[in-house]
Amino acid sequence: MKYKYLIKNVIFILILLTTGAQAQTRFITVASTTSTEQSGMFKHLLPIFQKKTGIEVRVVALGTGQALDMARRGDADVVFVHTKAAEEKFIAEGYGVKRLPVMYNDFVLVGPKSDPAKIAGGKDILEALRKVKGATAPFVSRGDRSGTHMAELALWKSSGIEIEKEKGPWYRDTGQGMGPALNSASSMNGYILTDRATWISFKNRGDLAILVEGDQRLFNQYGVILVNPGKHQHVKKDLGQAFIDWVVSSDGQQAIAAYKIGGEQLFFPNANDKGA
Amino acid sequence: MLPLVLDAISFRAGGKAIIDRVSVEISTGPRTVILGPNGAGKSVLMRLCHGLFEPTSGTIVWQGSNGGHRRQAMVFQRPVMLRRSALANVIYGMRLAGITSRERELRARDVLEAVGLLHLSGRPARMLSGGEQQRVALARAWALNPEVLFLDEPTANLDPGASRDIENIIAQIHASGTKIIMTTHNLGQARRLADEILFLHQGRLVERAAVEPFFRQPESAEAASFIRDEIP
Amino acid sequence: MNEISQAFGVAGAMILGFDSKLIEIVLLSVSVSLVAVVIASIIGLPLGAAMAVGRFPGRQALIVVLNALMGLPPVVVGLVVYLLLSRAGPLGQYGILFTPSAMVVAQTILIVPIVAALSRQVIEDAWQEYREQLRSLGAGSVTSALTLLWDARFSLVTIVLAGFGRAAAEVGAVMIVGGNIDGVTRVMTTAIALETSKGDLPLALGLGMVLLALILMLNAAAFWVKEAAQRRFG
Repeated sequence: MKYKYLIKNVIFILILLTTGAQAQTRFITVASTTSTEQSGMFKHLLPIFQKKTGIEVRVVALGTGQALDMARRGDADVVFVHTKAAEEKFIAEGYGVKRLPVMYNDFVLVGPKSDPAKIAGGKDILEALRKVKGATAPFVSRGDRSGTHMAELALWKSSGIEIEKEKGPWYRDTGQGMGPALNSASSMNGYILTDRATWISFKNRGDLAILVEGDQRLFNQYGVILVNPGKHQHVKKDLGQAFIDWVVSSDGQQAIAAYKIGGEQLFFPNANDKGA
Repeated sequence: MLPLVLDAISFRAGGKAIIDRVSVEISTGPRTVILGPNGAGKSVLMRLCHGLFEPTSGTIVWQGSNGGHRRQAMVFQRPVMLRRSALANVIYGMRLAGITSRERELRARDVLEAVGLLHLSGRPARMLSGGEQQRVALARAWALNPEVLFLDEPTANLDPGASRDIENIIAQIHASGTKIIMTTHNLGQARRLADEILFLHQGRLVERAAVEPFFRQPESAEAASFIRDEIP
Repeated sequence: MNEISQAFGVAGAMILGFDSKLIEIVLLSVSVSLVAVVIASIIGLPLGAAMAVGRFPGRQALIVVLNALMGLPPVVVGLVVYLLLSRAGPLGQYGILFTPSAMVVAQTILIVPIVAALSRQVIEDAWQEYREQLRSLGAGSVTSALTLLWDARFSLVTIVLAGFGRAAAEVGAVMIVGGNIDGVTRVMTTAIALETSKGDLPLALGLGMVLLALILMLNAAAFWVKEAAQRRFG
């Protein structure tokens, strides 16, 4: 019957269309975080890199924990996240080659203008957190093992509060990305720790505003790591290394500094700061 | 293929004997009509002969062998038309019988003309009237040039005019050499079309006779009361 | 309410302005779901016909299972396919994770039960009507199945369109196996999810309206096909 011949051809063409197209481009897969992608940094940065080297960078944006897990499974070539402790563990386990600091941005504590915990204008994040707990004001946590979540937990700890034990119904553990968590905070008029970049591009602010910022403890350091080709042979180590080299080079660092929203710079390049 | 020999055929379903130890030999020539009241088992007996059902016990033997490979055809009470033209429906049956493409086309037009539907051959079959569809069904069966044609109450759903058309075609098919085996509960139709009657009552073959003797002087009590009570 | 009227404005501007990003996303959505539904039909239609016409041990169980699989949660399919296609998984060496091919795989798995179960229903109904006549004419099981597939073609087209709609509307599977990569695996649904999470609700609503319009057109097409068929073929 003629149908069988036709069907075989159709399947062949379909497979060719979907798979063939990708085989041509040179690309790497970078595991990064949702907050970084949503800040718009990649949209600004990656075209510059691609123009220079012809390498396409495909970013899969997840939480930091997920991103590192994805890299452990070998599904990424490069990792670009912002939780130093988790990154160093990643390398110690043998999954990454080397960690290089790239840039930092900062977190801000955002909350309702009515400010029931009375923390507005403060410069001490730890004191602010204590006041929020004291007032049992609604506080939204990302709860998703992301860099932001880890930073939040670390701050609670530093302020002397064991949040796991001492939380009450005022503490809303949502398990969401930065954007959705901000949506939640906006709709319940709650406090939330967020990175500045996501906040600036967030459009659904409702009654929220920045209440605490500038504390050194709120700085958020980014690191970039090549996934260890020793563990996963298919990792595109040359292309991946090219990306890493560029991002810490003066070209890349300048491109990072050039990214602004509403005239405000969001990320501060610091690849030179070896201790970062 | 003929004679067709049924030896103590029984068909049981749901704990009941729908056909009960029927033995009969059906040979070429006469138009055989199976008569009987509703529930007598006429349709089941037809399907057993045609091979759509398997008997629970007993044997069905076509001249020496089993099955008389596809030189028999059946027309059902409700014509089953595929979603294609009348011509395509007639051709479909022939394709299954392995008749070549050119031959199929020619024969299809011939039989459609013989049943008076050539002018409608391009029409979607399901859009035809009930009588026309049944004529297409007959044409489809006839095109196979069967030795035996089974018909199960072919005019039960048709008005008298359409019924007459069908009866004429059946007569034509018989005249062209095909054995006719038919069921009906319409006495007038039986009288018009039959050469011999097989009278079925509650699954048993109660009487067999030539048509006129059967109607004038039925031997069995069941047949007599059936003839008396049935609306002709 | 203001957000919704804003959304209309955004959607209108995108569509009328032939926004290139929008076109890219819509084309990808349509092609991924289209390829998936074609493959799913090639698998599902014969499977449905075989189940309708055939009689084999385990047939009843298979019917029940396929009916249940129609309700497969897309996100579960996404997870399973992800684990299969991950480099750490059994099919990792093909490297198709985070590409449109992976999305096609996941959506195909989603649609096959729908096509198979619904076509089985349609063909089994037709089989009831045609069975004796087809057997009388000497059609075996395979021939009967093919004949019924062709005869029921209009109902089957409706089923295929329904499968396409289901694929185009889901987000759970393509999000996980595609990674929502800008310019590579971002489709309508994942784009909506992203814009919503960024708080850009008018844009998300605008994209949502485009998607709705697509689905509406599909359903209109399905309806029109059936109507035309009824009129012409009865």
